[in-house]
Amino acid sequence: MHFTFTEEHEELRRTVRRFLEQRSDEQAVRRAMETERGYDDDVWSQMAGQMGLQGLIVPAEHGGAGLGWVEMMVVLEEMGRSLLCAPYLSTAVLAAGALVEAGSEEARSEILPGIASGETIATLAFVDDGRGWDVADVQMQATKDGDGWKLSGVKNFVLDGHTADVILVVARGPDGLSLFRVDAGAAGLERALLPTLDLTRKLARVSFSSTPAKRVGASGDLTSQLRRVLDLAVVGLVAEQVGGAQRCLEMSTEYARTRLQFGRPIGSFQAIKHRCADMLVSVEFAKSAAYNAGFTAAEGDGDLASAAHIAKSYCSEAYFHAAADNIQIHGGMGFTWEHPAHLYFKRAKSSSVLFGDPMQHREQLAQSLGI
Amino acid sequence: MKTMSEAELRERTRALLAEVHPDKVDRTTFRRAQFDHGLAWVRFPEGHGGLGLTANLQQIVNDEIRKNAKTFYEDMAINPIGIGMGGPVVLTHGTEEMKKRLLRPLFTGEEIWCQLFSEPGAGSDVAGLSTRAVRDGDDWIVNGQKVWTTLAHLSKWGMLVARTNPDVPKHEGMSYFLLDMQSPGVEVRPLYQITGEAEFNEIFMTDVRIPGDRILGHEGDGWKVAITTLMNERTSLGGGGGSRGSGPIATLLRLWKNREKAAFTQASEAVMRDRITQLHIECELLRLTGMRAKAGLRSGIPGPEGSVGKLAMAEINKRLWECSLDVMGSSSLLYEAGYELKRPELHGRASRVEEHAKYQFLRSRANSIEGGTSEVMRNILGERVLGLPGEPRVDKNVPWKDIPRGV
Repeated sequence: MHFTFTEEHEELRRTVRRFLEQRSDEQAVRRAMETERGYDDDVWSQMAGQMGLQGLIVPAEHGGAGLGWVEMMVVLEEMGRSLLCAPYLSTAVLAAGALVEAGSEEARSEILPGIASGETIATLAFVDDGRGWDVADVQMQATKDGDGWKLSGVKNFVLDGHTADVILVVARGPDGLSLFRVDAGAAGLERALLPTLDLTRKLARVSFSSTPAKRVGASGDLTSQLRRVLDLAVVGLVAEQVGGAQRCLEMSTEYARTRLQFGRPIGSFQAIKHRCADMLVSVEFAKSAAYNAGFTAAEGDGDLASAAHIAKSYCSEAYFHAAADNIQIHGGMGFTWEHPAHLYFKRAKSSSVLFGDPMQHREQLAQSLGI
Repeated sequence: MKTMSEAELRERTRALLAEVHPDKVDRTTFRRAQFDHGLAWVRFPEGHGGLGLTANLQQIVNDEIRKNAKTFYEDMAINPIGIGMGGPVVLTHGTEEMKKRLLRPLFTGEEIWCQLFSEPGAGSDVAGLSTRAVRDGDDWIVNGQKVWTTLAHLSKWGMLVARTNPDVPKHEGMSYFLLDMQSPGVEVRPLYQITGEAEFNEIFMTDVRIPGDRILGHEGDGWKVAITTLMNERTSLGGGGGSRGSGPIATLLRLWKNREKAAFTQASEAVMRDRITQLHIECELLRLTGMRAKAGLRSGIPGPEGSVGKLAMAEINKRLWECSLDVMGSSSLLYEAGYELKRPELHGRASRVEEHAKYQFLRSRANSIEGGTSEVMRNILGERVLGLPGEPRVDKNVPWKDIPRGV
């Protein structure tokens, strides 16, 4: 593992940061999070048209940039930093990732070009109602229906499930776990936007009742491919967490430098300074965890599952503590609706739970280590 | 800085080995020759054990010796303080004469070095130290007490910082001396610590005479010179080596495997597993952060990842050994090795893994004190990395003699 970001990576980071500073500042985030759709169409189109972000990991033959997980990590770190409100994690990470890793050739050519161009919002419906974020938890059955398939049941916590044009459903067919495509407007499909703790990320509950579906998974049982899809989604999410945590650290230190009480900056008190120093240590550790997972994903030959478990456990907690300490350091101001600290706090908690919470990832790591 | 190809440096190393081979001669003979060939520390100038190359090329020399010989002398095992701090400080601040006289026996280990900075009344605030050096003709007369001195009982030279002018603010009134530890009036006593062992010493100096030419830098420059030494100390501490899952965490996992299974309920076992897994994660991230820091150094843009290692290592290490005692349950009531007051064995302790863990449980308390307490490290991270303002100081611009101090 070498952890070296190239000049191209740094250039990508600068470009994305500039774009998000202009198009996803605090005001833009607040506007978007108040809407039901949850994002701004213009920003979404620019992300695709000007920057090609939706197609980052989409192969060139399907209209994408054909880049890898290190680039994805750089982009998501910036998105997490600015709390971008967009169906990016659902479309460009989960759905595109699922198709690249586990989709049939036909499905890839049908769906990926629309994702890359920004025209298609897509998502992955994974979690069965009442179950968790593990492939073994998926019990929903797909039943054969003439040439096609039918789905019945409920998928919960579907990212952007209320706006997605294409929903990729993880369900069990006769030869095991696979992917099934359901389009917006399909018969028997019901979608309900959920009242989320974190307003900047929309979740829906999606019900299927004999809903017609098309099988889009590659042939055979896709358990191991879908496991990798989840690991890659974790890589994306931990990069976001690192970006958010770094921003919380910056907000805290900036405030600690300028806020005066008892005639001096509060950052000169060790009670505040040491809290900031501890935050720095955990943000740096979180970066090590996230970058290790990202480079492992990109190089493709390491133990991605362990790297993802380590990263999801550590980065979730590091972000949450940074966001919580950020409120504390800002004092009363940090508790107000007007101040952005609560936006990071809510994002931190929800992203800690999404894709499996720290304890679940530690449990899986413990099993693999024989602890 | 001169340049030299890797091939040429390897060639020179092989020439040294052809002349004297570490498997065939004693340590002193080999290390003298290594020094004379400029292969002791290649970043040092020619004639002083080096070749004037960049520091990272030393790896080439060491690699070539390891490849061609069974015997390899680790610097840290021979003269850790001398090689880690003494050599660099003499090179930076010493006279030509000092370099000629001191560097070679320092490298060979014929003359061991120690560091005389900390005092009972000056720990984190080392610049507040009160050991006095008073001029007497060309010489200096020293009185005072030093503490936490590693290897003092075996040392020839001590790097001594003493107060030469109490009438100026504390940082301006110190000078840096090289003290011959065999001088009359120097008394070295073992300092027994929490484990019963004495890795360290207390030094009592009573009317000790130091010749005037044994001052490093100028009179009053002591703090500046000391900083050079301390900087070298911080880079020599802090973790990040090894492979995944190696080191202390491997010991903890072994203890967990050997645990008394009947002593755990399902619930306590689940709690323990999560604690151990968390520690595994933190140890792995300490290692990865060390790797990132090294990559940052290589790229020439060291980031904050390089500064967090010492603090993180100390805190993780303490928790890891605490956990190991909890894993051992009731057997942690015992300390089989006993607390005989003695010097530690030089070449490590051959003991059962359980005894090793109990020893480390005690020894690791020092990790967050030695080489800068965790509180000082947090101040450094807060002020130098994050740019937070310093504490208002009551001792700034005040003559040292007027600063309140305890007894």
